[in-house]
Amino acid sequence: MFFYRVRRTVKLGIKSLWLHRLRSTLTALGIIFGVASVIAMLAIGEGASRTAQEQIARLGSQNLIIKTVQPPEDQHATGQQQSLQEYGLTYKDAERFRNSIPNIQVVVPVRRVSQQAWYRNRKIPVEVIGTVPWHLETTPIRLIMGRFLASADMDYKQDICVIDEGIVNELFAFDDPLEQHVKIASDYYTVVGIVSSQSLAAAGTQESVENNDAKKQAGANAGSIYIPLTTVKDRFGEMTVQLSGQSGANVEKVELQEIIVKVANVDLVVPTRNILQTLLERFHKKADYQLIVPLELLRQARRTQAIFSIVLGSIAAISLLVGGIGIMNIMLATVSERTREIGIRRALGARKRDIIFQFLSETLILTFAGGLLGICLGCTIPYFVTHFGKMPTVITGTSLLLSFGISGAVGIAFGLYPAYRAANMDPIESLRHE
Amino acid sequence: MADLPASSKTLDFTSDGSILVFEKLCKNYQLGEVELKVLRDIDLVIKKGDYLAVMGPSGSGKSTLLNIIGCLDHPTAGKYYLGGQDVSVLDDDQLSSIRGRHVGFVFQSFNLIAQLNIIENIEIPMFYQGVSEQQSEVRAIELAELVGLGDRIKHRPSELSGGQQQRVAIARALANDPLIILADEPTGNLDSASGADILTILDRLSEQDKTLIVITHDEQIAEHSQRQIRLLDGQIQKQWYNR
Repeated sequence: MFFYRVRRTVKLGIKSLWLHRLRSTLTALGIIFGVASVIAMLAIGEGASRTAQEQIARLGSQNLIIKTVQPPEDQHATGQQQSLQEYGLTYKDAERFRNSIPNIQVVVPVRRVSQQAWYRNRKIPVEVIGTVPWHLETTPIRLIMGRFLASADMDYKQDICVIDEGIVNELFAFDDPLEQHVKIASDYYTVVGIVSSQSLAAAGTQESVENNDAKKQAGANAGSIYIPLTTVKDRFGEMTVQLSGQSGANVEKVELQEIIVKVANVDLVVPTRNILQTLLERFHKKADYQLIVPLELLRQARRTQAIFSIVLGSIAAISLLVGGIGIMNIMLATVSERTREIGIRRALGARKRDIIFQFLSETLILTFAGGLLGICLGCTIPYFVTHFGKMPTVITGTSLLLSFGISGAVGIAFGLYPAYRAANMDPIESLRHE
Repeated sequence: MADLPASSKTLDFTSDGSILVFEKLCKNYQLGEVELKVLRDIDLVIKKGDYLAVMGPSGSGKSTLLNIIGCLDHPTAGKYYLGGQDVSVLDDDQLSSIRGRHVGFVFQSFNLIAQLNIIENIEIPMFYQGVSEQQSEVRAIELAELVGLGDRIKHRPSELSGGQQQRVAIARALANDPLIILADEPTGNLDSASGADILTILDRLSEQDKTLIVITHDEQIAEHSQRQIRLLDGQIQKQWYNR
């Protein structure tokens, strides 16, 4: 019985809306665009934040990364023909961190050198990473085949290397890379292991997180080659010589490019950061280092995301509100236009609540139809954004439910008053209405 | 729905068969400072099977009387019993149920709902009384046939002539088998031939022991009734039986 009443009322509602097709469509447009904008905005916001958070999480939330940067005052040479710039992190820094921080788990000193790698007659640009055997503990990079660097390799400065998948693909299209020899600069290194690609080779600073794509396009490196730190120090030294036209040679001396510190758990990150800060300030007179705390970046990214969501949400909510007001406006017009019908129905036994139900269901049909179309539209927009704007988007089930719920709520909120007005009309007056 | 079962147990007929009783019924309207007495101390008893015509010039209170009989309006003072129940104390929902269940309205301007077809129009009062889908459809077709429109049940009101529309309205008024059928100038908007048709149908209903109350200016219509009331300035000036 109840089902019959609902079905009948809905059928009647659709009939009445169909009678004024253009008006109904225009009214529903408000909701369609409102819902579509909610979904699209949430999808774009979610996509952006997810990418950023993934990139940061890959740096490791228990890690603290200290990078060498060129101190600003040294950037313009001070008139000397030949200048030696010595700056950056040192082995002593790594030693100090290890000794003075109690809850430290591992310290990974890293030296990076850009080089060419040869295998047979193929040559590719690579990033040589001089590091220590426990490097893998600080990154999500996995060992795929063979072994990683060992302490003995460090002690004896072995000419061995571990290559990543990128290099395997570029250099060893048909050969098994293990036990092969790769030539870097003037020396040969035996491949002992393969690790997964470090997709974010230079990730670290916020800018590099954002400009990751740009760096890939600059695309210098096909991949990374891991070599014992001691070997790197011996083979490549610590000097970089840049020849520039007028001022002659520019020599830089940098011991380490990066030190990664890993602490036992996430709660220790902030206290450790403070200790590191103090140590660095004391022993580095120049601002030649940068301290990056992925955990803080992550938190910051989440905060930014929250604000972003609120802003986007408010804009979308306003457009829904405008849509709702449009619906209310039209429903009020409909009610006064159908005054006589209301009078007839009241005379034929309709109670106030029957009239409310009738008009409310009309509004709800309108908003739900609008909501459904809005969801369709809202799911298409992110697709185009991803396709043409090259921006990641994520449509979550929550956002669909949310926008559908909102369109229903808008229907009830803005349909109730017109329906109430209709129900409370005096039947005698309405019957007399022309 | 549940308030008023179809068997109408709540409405006991008083022993003498009277369906409608007015006791010193008054209706006043407040027009600014002035109180307008539209109906004054009306006493009236209508019995089952009565065919009553209410006559009177404009402003005599005919419409107000119709609204009160039809439970669209409350009396200011006095009592109104419909089928033994005191209507003057009922709330809005109960009045709606009474209207739907026990009063069948026939209006001067037909008042069919334009976007519904004949069947759906006839079904409206049954829908609000909670009659089931199958039952109401069967009954609606039956009633459409009764008023001679069995072949046009899927038509819209706009596709019918005035006389046909009024016949649909009569069918709709009969839907819940009401205690009284209340007709307000039923032939007012019709040409004489269609009007005569409608009067024939009303006569036939009267023969089937339906209780009819017709409000009209038209002496000819009044001639069809068994009993006439003439209102003047809100009072019953005179009443008599035709046959």
